[in-house]
Amino acid sequence: MTVAAARVTFSDWGWRYAERDAWAVRGVDLTVEPGERVAIVGPSGAGKSTLLRAVAGVLPDEPDATDDTAASVQGSVLVDGAEPRAVRGRVGLVMQDPEAHTVMSRVGDDVAFGCENAGVPREETWQRVRSALDVVGLDLPLDRSTTMLSGGQRQRLALAGVLAMRPGVLVLDEPCANLDPSGVVQVHDAVRALLDETGCSLLVVEHRIGTWLDLVDRLVLLEPAGGVVADGAPADVLAEHGPALTAAGVWVPGSEPEQGSARRGTRTPPRAGEMLGTVRGGPHAFRPLGDRDPVLLAARGLGTARGRRQPVGSGIDLDVRAGRVLAVTGPNGIGKSTLGLTLAGLLRPAAGTLRAGAALADGIGDAPAAWTSRQLAGRIGTVFQDPEHQFVARTVREELAVGPRALGSADVDARVDELLDAFGLAHLADANPFTLSGGEQRRLAIGTVIASRPPVVVLDEPTSGQDRATWQAVVDRLGELADSGTAIVAVTHDRDLVRALDADEIVLGATGATGVTGASTLGPVADLRDPATEVQP
Amino acid sequence: MTAHQAAAGLPGRAAPPGPPDGTTRARGVRGVQPVAPLLGVLALGVCLVLSLDVVSAAVALGLELLLLPLLRIPPRTLLLRTSPVLVAVPLTALSIALYGRPSGRSWFDLGFAHVTDGSLALALATALRVLAIGLPAVALFVRVDPTDLADGLAQLLRLPARFVLGALAAIRMMTLLGDDWRQLGMARRARGVADTGRLRRGASMAFALLVLALRRATTLAVAMESRGFGAPGRRTWARSVRFAGPEWAMVGVLVGIGVVSIAVAVGAGTWRA
Repeated sequence: MTVAAARVTFSDWGWRYAERDAWAVRGVDLTVEPGERVAIVGPSGAGKSTLLRAVAGVLPDEPDATDDTAASVQGSVLVDGAEPRAVRGRVGLVMQDPEAHTVMSRVGDDVAFGCENAGVPREETWQRVRSALDVVGLDLPLDRSTTMLSGGQRQRLALAGVLAMRPGVLVLDEPCANLDPSGVVQVHDAVRALLDETGCSLLVVEHRIGTWLDLVDRLVLLEPAGGVVADGAPADVLAEHGPALTAAGVWVPGSEPEQGSARRGTRTPPRAGEMLGTVRGGPHAFRPLGDRDPVLLAARGLGTARGRRQPVGSGIDLDVRAGRVLAVTGPNGIGKSTLGLTLAGLLRPAAGTLRAGAALADGIGDAPAAWTSRQLAGRIGTVFQDPEHQFVARTVREELAVGPRALGSADVDARVDELLDAFGLAHLADANPFTLSGGEQRRLAIGTVIASRPPVVVLDEPTSGQDRATWQAVVDRLGELADSGTAIVAVTHDRDLVRALDADEIVLGATGATGVTGASTLGPVADLRDPATEVQP
Repeated sequence: MTAHQAAAGLPGRAAPPGPPDGTTRARGVRGVQPVAPLLGVLALGVCLVLSLDVVSAAVALGLELLLLPLLRIPPRTLLLRTSPVLVAVPLTALSIALYGRPSGRSWFDLGFAHVTDGSLALALATALRVLAIGLPAVALFVRVDPTDLADGLAQLLRLPARFVLGALAAIRMMTLLGDDWRQLGMARRARGVADTGRLRRGASMAFALLVLALRRATTLAVAMESRGFGAPGRRTWARSVRFAGPEWAMVGVLVGIGVVSIAVAVGAGTWRA
């Protein structure tokens, strides 16, 4: 199945969204020849997504030159010399959020959706559906429900839906940002198969550009309001503009953070005979296996469940210790988030026990799920995967004050001012939290939790989909917290986060959990010296 | 011969095994295209509101209860799904018993409420009627797949594709919003503001839910548009819908229940138009 690949041409193109003063993107001159594969990188706010949406013909609002508040456009963007809106089937768009762009409730129907819209006859539609699913390697029955698919499967489903429309150009807007490592590989391989099959052109935007370097011919660096500042073979651009790329928030391959780079050294000096150099025995070989750090939370035979009838995980043993970072990893859908919410005292354990150590419980019961909201907020803070779930106030300033105020702190204003500065949010103090950018929301969410100064902080995917700069800000913040004695639990699939924070790691599997590093987290119950965490007689 | 003709089952080509969409179509009552019960229940409803007597409603309800086991719905599910109807029935009956048009022997009179033979009969007739319409309306749609219903509405009843598919996408989003709501609740507990002020908290959660729903809807609209939804030109439908024997039988049974109940009421002389 070969289709004519499309040519995409931007000529001095720019776009300003309705009711905005600043141009989202401006002065872009870029031509993608038929069959060419181009990756676009640039800092947050450089208008990369806007560019891709323009190619797909799905920018909101029609520009209106007579209305100041309406969207404005300058220059032109053409697909095969035509307006993108007029040739929608020629451009296949796959976006970041796998959840949000599944249209139909059955796999086959979802792939067929685009063909139906294009008026493809029924018989041919199903032939296309079958071959598209085959190409992306999604071997599922056509009537399988789309609700239970993993992130990687969903993105491949979206690719199949696009492929079935026989696009001339494939447009990918951070398709791997929310995926676990195996999902990233699945999507990468599916895209390669799709390109091999159709020979179509490719435009891809991704912060972690390393994923796509083996597939692209050109790398383009975009600057906010500056248009294209670098354009060439990926190796050349990386070599010439490496620092500029890193500064722009791009994950340049080979510049990944070092082990423990976000921590202020080891808190305990290496024991005699355990040289810092002997890392071959595991990154923690030189660290005394932390039995001195007080246990704040201890899970034994813990089973987790979403709601009453959906058991998710079982047989999980772990300790959360002060001043340590515990990373909960494992494939998508294995119950990492559910475990996080259970450790955070927000879901009741379905089996086994979760007990708070004496240092954490501090005179109240030792079952976090039974604490009142106020008792919980002062002890365990939770940063949700979607920051918008946890905003309750009208301004950033009020948002930061919610926690301390609920706990009756005396120095609310001082704490808030300190956090506004520390998180670089001072200029947004009076803005509504819902209007912030993704990175700002993420920082605010962490700030609101830190404001209550809980000894334990649980975070769900704190770095997913972040550019390098926001990532660094978040990880540095978490490193400082751990260094000052806070216990951090991070549910994550981000290897860089695990490495930079020098985290102990628990890998969730189908049957219970395995400690990969920091075996101390799996000590048997009898080892717990803290009386509060011992099993009742 | 075009592929289109082949799919329409024209002669000259061996029929493909199963429907062209490769799915296995459910048999029996479950395989009936949902538009059939929709039309049938509407017709039954019309039959039952023509009169306000006890006999016609009781006959209809009796017939329905006789046929109900054919649907093979677990009793628990049935009770759960019909619970709104079951709650509404006694409330309706009570209010009509108290405030219905008085006639016949008077049982008691409190001035504002007057219970008589006439109002009691009317209350019973109304309660049975609500049950007789509500029961099939719920039971026949317990297992309906929204996609099948949407296909039927668009291809059989010719409702606009934009409207039908938009509604279908909205239904799918409802489950996501349910998850959002739970997350919002947990987040408020985590932040220390869930101990008091239930109303205020509910309002803030509702606002956040609205924002999230708009975000999701916008993304979904972009996803649908990027795949050519709403483009000019004829839209095809990948799934075939049929309105054949089983569908006519479904409509026939439901209309039959209405006709029999009217006939019995007229025969018994209780019919009141």
